[in-house]
Amino acid sequence: MRRHKGSPARTAWFVVAGLVAFMLVLAGCGGGGSSSGSSGGGGGGGGEELQKLGKGEGELNLISWAGYVEEEWVKPFEAESGCKVNDKVAGTSDEMVKLMETGQYDGVSASGNATARLWAAHEVAPVNVALVPNYKTVFPDLKNQVYNTFEGQPYGIPHGRGANLLMWNKNDVKPAPTSWEVTLNPEVASKYKGHITQYDDPMSIAEGAVYLMEHEPKLGIEDPYELNEEQFNATVELMKEQKPNVGEYWSSAEQQIEGFANGSNQVGTTWQYQYFALKGEKEPVAASPASQGFLPKEGATGWSDTWMISAKAKHPNCMYMWMNYIISPKANAEVAEYFGEAPAQEKACEETKNPNFCKEYHAEEPAFWKRVWYWRTPLAECSEGGETDCMDYNDWVRAWTEIKG
Amino acid sequence: MATDAVVVKRSAGRRLAGFFSGRPRLQIGSLLAAPMAWLVILYLGSLVVLLITAFWTVDPLSGTVIKELSWDNFKELVNIPVYREIIWRTVRTAILVTLTDAIIAFPIAFFMAKVAGRKTKALLVVAVLMPLWASYLVKIIAWRAILAEHGVLNWALEPIGLHGPGAGTASVWLTMSYLWLPYMILPIFAGLERIPDSLIAASEDLGAHPFTTFRKVILPLAFPAVVAGSIFTFSLTLGDYLAPKLVSNEQFIGTSIFDSITNNQPFAAAFALVPIVIVIAYLGVARKLGAFEHV
Amino acid sequence: MRLSRRGKITLRAVVALILAFIYIPLLVIVVEAFNSSRILKWPPPGFTLSWFGKAFESESAREALLTSIEAGLAAMLIAVVLGTLISLAVGRRSFFGRDSISFLVVLPIALPGIVTGVALSNTFTQVLGVSLSLMTVIIGHATFCIVVVYNNVVARLRRTSGSFEEASADLGADPWQTFRWVTFPALRSALGAGALLAFALSFDEIIVTNFTIGAGEETLPIWIYHNLFRPKELPVVPAVAVILIVLSIIPVYLAHRLSSDDAGLTPGRGAAAGDGSTAGPATIAETEAAAAH
Repeated sequence: MRRHKGSPARTAWFVVAGLVAFMLVLAGCGGGGSSSGSSGGGGGGGGEELQKLGKGEGELNLISWAGYVEEEWVKPFEAESGCKVNDKVAGTSDEMVKLMETGQYDGVSASGNATARLWAAHEVAPVNVALVPNYKTVFPDLKNQVYNTFEGQPYGIPHGRGANLLMWNKNDVKPAPTSWEVTLNPEVASKYKGHITQYDDPMSIAEGAVYLMEHEPKLGIEDPYELNEEQFNATVELMKEQKPNVGEYWSSAEQQIEGFANGSNQVGTTWQYQYFALKGEKEPVAASPASQGFLPKEGATGWSDTWMISAKAKHPNCMYMWMNYIISPKANAEVAEYFGEAPAQEKACEETKNPNFCKEYHAEEPAFWKRVWYWRTPLAECSEGGETDCMDYNDWVRAWTEIKG
Repeated sequence: MATDAVVVKRSAGRRLAGFFSGRPRLQIGSLLAAPMAWLVILYLGSLVVLLITAFWTVDPLSGTVIKELSWDNFKELVNIPVYREIIWRTVRTAILVTLTDAIIAFPIAFFMAKVAGRKTKALLVVAVLMPLWASYLVKIIAWRAILAEHGVLNWALEPIGLHGPGAGTASVWLTMSYLWLPYMILPIFAGLERIPDSLIAASEDLGAHPFTTFRKVILPLAFPAVVAGSIFTFSLTLGDYLAPKLVSNEQFIGTSIFDSITNNQPFAAAFALVPIVIVIAYLGVARKLGAFEHV
Repeated sequence: MRLSRRGKITLRAVVALILAFIYIPLLVIVVEAFNSSRILKWPPPGFTLSWFGKAFESESAREALLTSIEAGLAAMLIAVVLGTLISLAVGRRSFFGRDSISFLVVLPIALPGIVTGVALSNTFTQVLGVSLSLMTVIIGHATFCIVVVYNNVVARLRRTSGSFEEASADLGADPWQTFRWVTFPALRSALGAGALLAFALSFDEIIVTNFTIGAGEETLPIWIYHNLFRPKELPVVPAVAVILIVLSIIPVYLAHRLSSDDAGLTPGRGAAAGDGSTAGPATIAETEAAAAH
C-alpha cells in the first residue's frame, strides 16, 4: 500500500467530530415519541382500556415464551377470528420488555418479573375484562395479583403458572435430595461440582433467598423479592459460593433437556416441562415426590404468566380475541399440556388429553401454590407503600453478572 | 437519422469524458459519493450514536432511557472488578484462539500451496471451504454434543482413561478455534501461493536446510497473511456470544453486552466500546504489518 | 518445495489430522440428523429418516430459506454496486485519504457482529424512527458485505494494467464504453466471486440479523436459532443442516466455474499468480479468505 503525505488520521478525526455533532442533533430530535410522556413521575400503564369489541384487524403481532404460540391452536384461532398471527419467541423477560418498547407488537405473555416494568414504562394498557368472557372461569387465586393488577386495575389475562422444581439424575444423585441445599449448600453441592445447573436469570437470586428464609432465619427474609441490603448481600454471597459448582447456567428449556440427557447436568432448578420431557424419553430423572408436596422443603420460586396488551397496539380487537381464545378451555388445555404448566382456566382441566394432567400440575390446589414464590420485579419500595430500602432490579441484574464472574 | 443519434450520443459521452478527464478529484468524488454516504453516515454515524448512548442511563424500574449525559456507565465498567475480569478473559481467549488457529492452519496451507499436486490442491480447497457452508449455529451445537459429559469426546477418551475439559473457558477456546479455522487457513494459503517457487528453489540451491528456508524465506513473506487471518480469528472471538452461552458457564464480552442490552442499553453501549477500541487498535497494528493487502 | 521423504510423510499425517479435526464435528451433525431420539444423545439409541421428512414438510423452514435467499441477493446487489464503485476509485488512483477508505471498508466486518447489530438497530429505531424489517436486515448485511466485493475487485485492478483502458480511450471510446468493453470483462470473474461471497456471508449471518430483523420475520439462521429453543423439534435442526451442506454443492460448483472462467479470460492473471495452473483454487481461496466472517 502506497503511503501518502498528509495525515489521514487527522481527516478521520474531523469526520468523526462532524458526525458527533450531526448525530447529537439527530438523536436529540429523533426517538422523542418513545420517551415523551413516559418520564413523568408516578403511576404507570398507558392508553385507555377498550370499551367495545370491534371487528378484527386481520393481523396480530405477539411476543411469547417458546411453546405458547404454536400452530396446533393458532390455526383454529386464525380461521375463527380472521387475525393472522405473527409470533416472536423471547428467551427472557428482559428481552420481552425490550421488544415491547419497539411498539411493533400487540401483546406479550409476560411473567411477573416483566409485568410491573412494562406497566411502569407505560408500555401496556389496562384490560377491560368484561370483553374477555372466559376470564370469569379463571382460577380465583390468579386474579387481582400484585403482578397482573396495578392500582386496582387488571392489566392482563392470566395464562398459566408453574413452579421451578428441583430435578436430579437418579443414577448420579443419591440419596434423593429433599432440600435446595443439594445445589446451594457448598458442602453438599461440591459433591456434584461442575454438574449443577442453574437458570440464567437474576430471578435465581430469589431461589437463594427462599433457601436462606429457612436456613438463616436471623436474616429475617419474609419475601424473596423484597430484600434489604444485608439480606441481599447474604444471598448474593451464597450464589457466588455456588458458582464453582455450577456446570451450566441454562437459558432455554431445550438446552437443559440436552444437558440432563447427555450427563453434563446432574441436579438443578428446572421447569415441569423439562421434567416430563425427560421422563418421556425414559431418562432416569426425578423431582420432589408427592410426599414432599412436590417441592423441596423450603418451597420454591415459580412463575405466573399474563397476556398483556400493548398501549400502542395496532390490532387491539385481534388482541382481545386472542386473550379470550388462549384462555378458552380447549386452547388453554392444549397450550398447558404442550408447554407443561398448570392452566389458568378452570374448565381446561376437563379438556386435557391426559385426564390426570391438572392433578399432576397441581392446577386446582391453592395450597400448593402458597409455597411457590412467583417471579416479580424487585423494587426499591419493598411492598406497596412500604419502606424504600430494598434492592431494586438494577441491583439484582448487576449482582447476577458478578455472581457468574 | 439513426447515425445522427449515435453521433449525438457519442459526442455527449465524449463531452462527459472531456469534462471528467481534467478533473481527477471530481472523478474520485463521483465514484465515492454513494459508498461513502453509506459507510460514513449510516455506519460510522451509527457507531457515533452508540458512543453517545453510552453516556445515557436508564430508569431502574421501567428501563426507560434517561437522555442526560453522565459517566456512570464507564465508572461502573472500571470500578466493578467483574467487568475487568470478563474483558481479560475474553482477550486472553481471543489471543489463544488466534495462536491455535495460526499453528493449525500453517501446515495445511503450506501443504496446499507448495506441496500438493494440482488436483489434490483443488480438492483440499473445497474441503476447507465446505464447513463454511454448514450453519455456524449448527457447528456450535455439534461442539455441545462433542463436549458433553456423555458426549463424543468423553466417549472416545474413556477407553484410554481420559476426560474432556467440561464446560468452561477451555470449551470456548476449542469451539472458537474450530469455528474460525478456515478464516486463518485461506489467507495463509493465498499468501503462500504468492511466494514464487523460484525464490524457494533459489534458497534450496544455495544450500539452505528446509528449516532455514522456511524460517528465512517463507515465514517472513507469509507473515502478513497470518496477521490478515488473525484479524478475523481475533475479532470474531472477541465479540461472539452464542458459543460461550452454549458451551460454557463463563461470561465473555459478547455475552455481557448481550445480557445487558435487554435491560440497560446505555450500559451495553458503553461495554461495546471496549471491543471497538481493541479492534481498532488491532487493525492499526495489522495495517502497519502490511496485512491489509491480504485481507 | 523439495522435502525429504520423512518430511513429506510427517506433513501428510499432520494434514490428515487437521482434516479430521475439521470434519469430525460435521460428521457428528450428520449422525445426529438420523438419530431416532428427540434428544441429541451420543451414541444415538437408534436411527430414523423421519427428521428429514419433517424438515421437508416444514413450511416455516421453507419460508425462512426463501427469506434468506431474498436477503442474501439484495445485500449482494448493494454490496456489488458500492464495492465496485469504491474499488474503481481506489484501485487505479492514489489520493489523499485513500488509506482511511480501505480502513473504513474493513471496519464493519472486523468489528464484532454484536457491535454492528446494536449500533444499527439503535440508529434505525431510535434515531431514524424506522421500524425493523427485512429491509433493515438487508442494509445491515450489505454494510459488512461491501468489503468482500471491494477486496476482490481491487485486487484484480491492481493485477491488471491500466494501459488497456488508456488504449481504449485513445482509440476514441467514451468512459462508459471503456468500462463496458474493457474494464468490466477484466473484472467479471472477480465480481462474480465477490458477489458469491457476499451472498454466502449474508446467508449464514445471525448476530446482526438478530438485532435488525422485524416482527414475524425469520431468515434461516434465525429459524435454526428459534428451533433450538422451541420444544420438541430439536433434531430437525441437524437434518436441515445436512440438507444445507448438500445444497452447498451449488455455490461451491459456481465458485469452481468462476475460477476456471477466470483462468481463461483474464489477461495477465496467470503470470501474476506465478503459475497459471493454480489460478483456480487460489482465486476461490483468496476470495473466501476475504469473506472471513
